[in-house]
Amino acid sequence: MKRIISLTVLNQTGVLNRITGLFSKRHFNIESITVGHAETEGVSRMTLVVNVQEEKEVEQITKQLNKQIDVIKVTDITAHSIVSRELALIKVMSTPATRMELQGLIQPFRASVIDVSRESVVVQVTGEPEKIEVLIDLLKPYGIKEIARTGTTAFTRGTQRSVKEVPISIV
Amino acid sequence: MSTNVQLNSSTAKCTNTMSGSLMLIEALKQEKVEVIFGYPGGAVLPIYDSLYDSGMNHVLTRHEQGGIHAAEGYARISGKPGVVIATSGPGATNLVTGLTDAMIDSLPLVVFTGQVASSVIGSDAFQEADILGITTPITKHNYQVREVSELPRIIKEAFHIATTGRPGPVLIDIPKDIAIFEGEFSYDMPVNLPGYQPNSEPNYLQIRKLVEAVSRAKKPVILAGAGVLHANGSEELIKYVEQQQIPVANTLLGLGGFPADHSLFLGMAGMHGTYTANMALYDCDLLISIGARFDDRVTGNLEHFAKKATVAHIDIDPAEIGKNVPTQIPIVGDAKLVLEQLIKQDGKQGDNKEWNEQLANNKQEYPLVYNDSDTELKPQNILELIHKWTKGEAIVTTDVGQHQMWAAQYYNFKNPNKWVTSGGLGTMGFGLPAAIGAQLADRESTVVAVLGDGGFQMTLQELSVIHELNLPIKVVILNNGALGMVRQWQELFYEERYSHSKFVSQPDFVKLSEAYGIKSARIEKSDEGWEEKLKEAITSDEPVLLDIHVCKNENVYPMVASGKGLHEMVGVKL
Repeated sequence: MKRIISLTVLNQTGVLNRITGLFSKRHFNIESITVGHAETEGVSRMTLVVNVQEEKEVEQITKQLNKQIDVIKVTDITAHSIVSRELALIKVMSTPATRMELQGLIQPFRASVIDVSRESVVVQVTGEPEKIEVLIDLLKPYGIKEIARTGTTAFTRGTQRSVKEVPISIV
Repeated sequence: MSTNVQLNSSTAKCTNTMSGSLMLIEALKQEKVEVIFGYPGGAVLPIYDSLYDSGMNHVLTRHEQGGIHAAEGYARISGKPGVVIATSGPGATNLVTGLTDAMIDSLPLVVFTGQVASSVIGSDAFQEADILGITTPITKHNYQVREVSELPRIIKEAFHIATTGRPGPVLIDIPKDIAIFEGEFSYDMPVNLPGYQPNSEPNYLQIRKLVEAVSRAKKPVILAGAGVLHANGSEELIKYVEQQQIPVANTLLGLGGFPADHSLFLGMAGMHGTYTANMALYDCDLLISIGARFDDRVTGNLEHFAKKATVAHIDIDPAEIGKNVPTQIPIVGDAKLVLEQLIKQDGKQGDNKEWNEQLANNKQEYPLVYNDSDTELKPQNILELIHKWTKGEAIVTTDVGQHQMWAAQYYNFKNPNKWVTSGGLGTMGFGLPAAIGAQLADRESTVVAVLGDGGFQMTLQELSVIHELNLPIKVVILNNGALGMVRQWQELFYEERYSHSKFVSQPDFVKLSEAYGIKSARIEKSDEGWEEKLKEAITSDEPVLLDIHVCKNENVYPMVASGKGLHEMVGVKL
């Protein structure tokens, strides 16, 4: 199962190395990892998406992360109300003849074309990973040349609803 | 202009300006460091220059590995952090084994490595190694100093991190220019680590849960590990055990935390533990683990481990709880504080009289045994004799292997902080340098380094330090001409195919020892009065090396083969 772990860390040299090293040392599997500055100076927020077999494993991951001196806070936010986003750039084959068709295809995803050449366009899309997967599937028949994805970044919503099972939202 | 003048006068008030290397010395003095283990080299020359007339006590080991194992021995016995200095590159990489050993056995170390100058870091300069990257997974924390002004804060944090919570090694990498640059020194800043808040006070509700579980239990057992020793909680453990009449098994590293001659002591648990301890862990209905981390060498196959039991796990490190064994009563806290709380609760004793009688019976019926021989010396017998002549009060250090298990089984530790062994990492070459550190930490106790002929040859150069400092260490080599434990496994599990486990040629250890200036003797069963010879050596007040030729095909029993449950022991009876 997929779990999303949010952590705040001190912005020190080598922190990312410590976190990823911990994962490989303990044989945990990282699906994606994103890092950037948080609201406080000197503090960064990391969002980790991990694939685990059982609950016990995610508990061990959060405990081991917590042991790192530079890690201030670790939360498994999977079961919370959260906002999570990923950005993807997709370079897809496109001749003038199919350009309008593509445009119509990506519009419901609120994706946009941000570069055009004679044979291809670059589509930019943001949203939850599932939404991006769906769009990629739709674009595949046209011929995808390159994909660059950022991985998920996320935190909890300002208002928490009562505990829900699995958060499903495509937008 | 006037602002400038003001600035100058304000800095003039605290003219504590000094070089990075002097800051280091000053910080070590403020931390009341008694001894530094180290080895100089290019990148730490400024530090060694400052050390020259600092008045600090420095021990020059003959290899960095010897230095860090000595620091581990010092830390284990003194309870204070062991301090190590090594140069960049090879000096630093030679520390890797010791750092890993200290990490897995939770020993507090503060280790300084030199680094090439900041300006050439990353250029593959002479004696450059990315020691920060190399040691990240094997240290509790590590630092590379980027500004000389940060050095005092970093050292203060390092000592704090190494010694609090679950102890461990902290490494500080100091580029050569940082050691030379000057900056303001102050050491009275508070430690401010928002991400590091170890919790040593146990949760009251969890304590109550355990008290209730004990009152219901019919077959309770305590598994006491090294956490009891780190927390200085032996007295509390004895008190609690006597209050509740719960029997105790020790882990390998926990030996001495509970007296071996106590009626409620079951012996060591695990792969080469006693039948009584292992069957108690297999059969119990309540397992209370105190400061032990359920290493696979203790638990055997987890499928069969304490399957009928409610598990209470007391540990200072929350990540250990539930890591290997599912836990119903988790208690995060310092072992001593937890035991104090438990004693205070004075809970109702469970109805476990029958259980205790059964275990006492097992102890009678299935003691540790070996076959004595008229023609060969038996290592178990040697350890019993050493125990007799040191009244069970010596500090014993070992490497890893058969001799280590025999020492654990037959020395019968009755006091805490007398046992220094490489448990988690199983490091050959640990015992001799660790003995040096242990003797420096405790000048009064007799220190016996029990070694195998294999492990001894990995760090034997440290004999030089023993001679130089005239440390009255007794180096006892149980010489069987082989890597004994490897040989044992090959005999049992690899159809007696002794692939590269026997030494075809051995140096003359007696001559070798004499070359280092240390008195030495070879002991064989055929020697007239060998027992007297052994006694004289062990009870002398000088450094001595004994090359004891023991039975070559003696195996360590009883044994739980790896992959088996604790109830599937072999070699329990002769």
